[in-house]
Amino acid sequence: MGSLFRSEDMTLCQLFLQSEAAYACVSELGELGLVQFRDLNPDVNAFQRKFVNEVRRCDEMERKLRFLEKEIRKDGIPMLDTGDNPDAPQPREMIDLEATFEKLESEMNDVNANSEALKKNFLELTELKHILRKTQAFFDEADHHTMQAMHDPLIPDDDVQLLGEELGRHAGQALKLGFVAGVILRERIPAFERMLWRVCRGNVFLKQAEIDTRLEDPITGDRVDKTVFIIFFQGEQLKSRVKKICEGFRATLYPCPETQSDRREMSIGVMTRIEDLNTVLGQTQDHRHRLLVAAAKNIKVWFIKVRKIKAIYHTLNMFNLDVTQKCLISECWCPVADLDRIQQALKRGNERSGSSVPSILNRMSTRQEPPTYHRLNKFTVVFQNIVDAYGVASYREVNPAPWTIISFPFLFAIMFGDAGHGVIMLLFALYLVIMEKRLAPKMSADEIFGMFFNGRYIILLMGAFSIYTGLIYNDIFSKSLNIFGSAWKPDPSVYNTSSMDLKNYKINANNTVERPYPFGLDPVWQLAINKITITNSLKMKISVIFGVCHMLFGLSLSLLNHRFFNKPLNVYFEFIPQLIFMCSIFGYLILLIFVKWLKFGPADTGKAPNLLIGLISMFLFQYEDPCKPTTCWYAGQKGFQITLVVVAVLCVPWMLLVKPYMLRKQHLEGKPHQYTLLNGDMSQDDELLEVVHHVDSETAYPGDDDGYEEKLSVNSGDLLNSEVEGDDGTLDQTGLVRPTPQPFDFSEVMITQAIHTIEYCLGCVSHTASYLRLWALSLAHAQLSEVLWTMVMTTALSFKIQWLSVIFIFVCFAFWACCSIVILVLMEGMSAFLHALRLHWVEFQSKFYKGEGYQFVPFSFDTMLAEYGLAD
Amino acid sequence: MPICGPKLSICCTLLSIWGIIQLALLGIFFQIHSPALFEDIPLKEEDWEEHNFSMSFVHEQYEKTAINCFIGAGIYVAFFIFSYCQFRMNSRTNYEQS
Repeated sequence: MGSLFRSEDMTLCQLFLQSEAAYACVSELGELGLVQFRDLNPDVNAFQRKFVNEVRRCDEMERKLRFLEKEIRKDGIPMLDTGDNPDAPQPREMIDLEATFEKLESEMNDVNANSEALKKNFLELTELKHILRKTQAFFDEADHHTMQAMHDPLIPDDDVQLLGEELGRHAGQALKLGFVAGVILRERIPAFERMLWRVCRGNVFLKQAEIDTRLEDPITGDRVDKTVFIIFFQGEQLKSRVKKICEGFRATLYPCPETQSDRREMSIGVMTRIEDLNTVLGQTQDHRHRLLVAAAKNIKVWFIKVRKIKAIYHTLNMFNLDVTQKCLISECWCPVADLDRIQQALKRGNERSGSSVPSILNRMSTRQEPPTYHRLNKFTVVFQNIVDAYGVASYREVNPAPWTIISFPFLFAIMFGDAGHGVIMLLFALYLVIMEKRLAPKMSADEIFGMFFNGRYIILLMGAFSIYTGLIYNDIFSKSLNIFGSAWKPDPSVYNTSSMDLKNYKINANNTVERPYPFGLDPVWQLAINKITITNSLKMKISVIFGVCHMLFGLSLSLLNHRFFNKPLNVYFEFIPQLIFMCSIFGYLILLIFVKWLKFGPADTGKAPNLLIGLISMFLFQYEDPCKPTTCWYAGQKGFQITLVVVAVLCVPWMLLVKPYMLRKQHLEGKPHQYTLLNGDMSQDDELLEVVHHVDSETAYPGDDDGYEEKLSVNSGDLLNSEVEGDDGTLDQTGLVRPTPQPFDFSEVMITQAIHTIEYCLGCVSHTASYLRLWALSLAHAQLSEVLWTMVMTTALSFKIQWLSVIFIFVCFAFWACCSIVILVLMEGMSAFLHALRLHWVEFQSKFYKGEGYQFVPFSFDTMLAEYGLAD
Repeated sequence: MPICGPKLSICCTLLSIWGIIQLALLGIFFQIHSPALFEDIPLKEEDWEEHNFSMSFVHEQYEKTAINCFIGAGIYVAFFIFSYCQFRMNSRTNYEQS
């Protein structure tokens, strides 16, 4: 099986598929999901491809399905998701599907059109009903008013006479008032009123009444407020003006009979029609609902089927047609280890299609860089993603992911060292991991929680490691645990309670320390005011040690790369000087750190030589002549350190000059300078010639070079051709392919090497310094959590009045807990995560990792459907 | 009657569980006069001086704080019962709705 160490051994294969079997075979390969097809017609326009028609039909079907889905959603019918995954249907089944969808869609359209017409009708009738009802009120009111005016005894007689006469005259004469009634949107009323007033110069009378129920707009389906209005006017000219204004404001006008009996008759008619319409509408809705419920049962399966068909034809479009039009030729990348499974899939496809001629899978040799493929599971995929975010590994390069699994959470935990916060993180991740199955469908939709959910295993490890480092630092919510009993025993004569300065309790190393505390930091440091000094010194040294070890480890991985790709020059003139350079400076520093830890006990630690100053004076060649114990580690230190510096400096020209010189020499001698192993391991060379096809060996290619060449030259220019074979005939047969003979440019090689050397030497220094962020962040985290505790919890705990203290404890604990989660776990965790990420990407991976490959993207129905699922 | 929503009630439940555990532990540590919590007890230099820097005064303060912590934990137990009931009510209404 594939390991995470290097990417899978890939091979370029040629597939010969009979036209009639091609569909079934590709469908089987899609279910398998192990083959990445190459587009053999990149120049061909999407519209000129062979299966354009089929793809278009699929698009059409998908459109219809989406329409149905939209309608189903609109009605709020639950869609049945059984989670089963039907096989891609046969091509002839496509016609059935098409017919089904066609029928459904047209029926749906009919129903929709009908119901829309009915609804419009319904709306008109209801509006009419309201008009009749409201105008009735207007007319009644008007009658009432005239009656009142006529008979009101309070109005003086002559006035009544005058008005009454006038009214009577008006009514009696031809000056009959005309009126128009209609319905308008409520929000348009003020503008409408103003417009009427201005245009008709105040000569019309507008009366309005709001409709209490909201009416449904048949086009948009929204519910809107409307108002009934009635306009009285005099004369034809005004009538036409009023009508135009009504039109302009999209008011609907309805005929309204003038006499009351007509109105009553009409309103009775309207009521009966509304009732009839209601029954018809109900039936239409029922029909629509039945249709949609039936469709909702199958819609998910239909979607999967149609998408699979579409994907298959899409893939078939990438194939080449044989001259005889009898078979399709495709090229694909696939993992060597899975060739058997691919063969079986092809065989199944052939059987399904009932084709007599078998499909042929033929391995080819190529100069092209194969894609990078790692077999991952749900645990490793997160770590691989972290590496891939920087750059996808070059083909068969050492993959940093397996080490990242441990080193990433560990470096994170060094910065996030607090057991309390670690426990919170661990519990959260444990919840996600245990409830994995139940949470998966919910979480993938949510963006932020989806991120946490996908990283649940990394969070789990980060939490566990944080607990460990927290115990080492002896920090639990900034408090220490005294598990094994502090080893520090104060001298009672110096530290009696009556005379000591409590708030500035400073630990004096000269006091008797019986033995070192067995695990981690002694808890007594928590009370000392020089706590930061001691933890700084400890954490800085730890960061340098881990940093240099991490880089040395990365460097040794580069040795594996050089050996695997068979580059002896890189081993002798890059790896070895790099290793010596690093060890002679920083390896020596680590050695001194350990010496300092071992040699100096609590009594004489103040007299120990300073490491940093020692390192600087080592480069400046500053040595005090008599070897004093405060600056000098051992006798003969001067000579040894000078040797180390000289060796380190000598490594620079070794790295810089020798490799370009050797390359030039080889070039001048005409030797092939370096082989690039592209197509698999040396051990599998003979396999390469073996033609793999699944049914009969008679059609196997004969194995002689001519036949080989002919087979390969079908369509792609990047395959091996006779030119290479002619020059270095040995190469292509063994899978060792010589890179395209490029003109040797010495200056370019020199510049590359110079950049490389400078980058490495300066990098060693700056990267070691960069690892000090481990110390800086852990200091920041510890201080922040201590500040939070003293600011919030200590205030609450140390109240003098008891009942106040209790209330404060209750409130402040909640505040402290929220701040702990938000600031210390989330924010600090995020920053520690980013710094750990940087340490891996820049400091660790720059030592060996190229990351210039490209991802293997197999043709797989599962990933395709998952993508659609995310898009939905 | 559910007063708080489903998310708030879960939050409060988790917070109160944490509160119960941590305050109870703190109370125990105060009770055993843990020196790590020396800075957290209400002890001022002048007061201590009045008591002639006696150890018993310090212990008394420790025990007072321990009792406060236990009471705080007790309040959180009540809070837990309340928010857990809320949580149950919310999940029941959810269940009935679906």
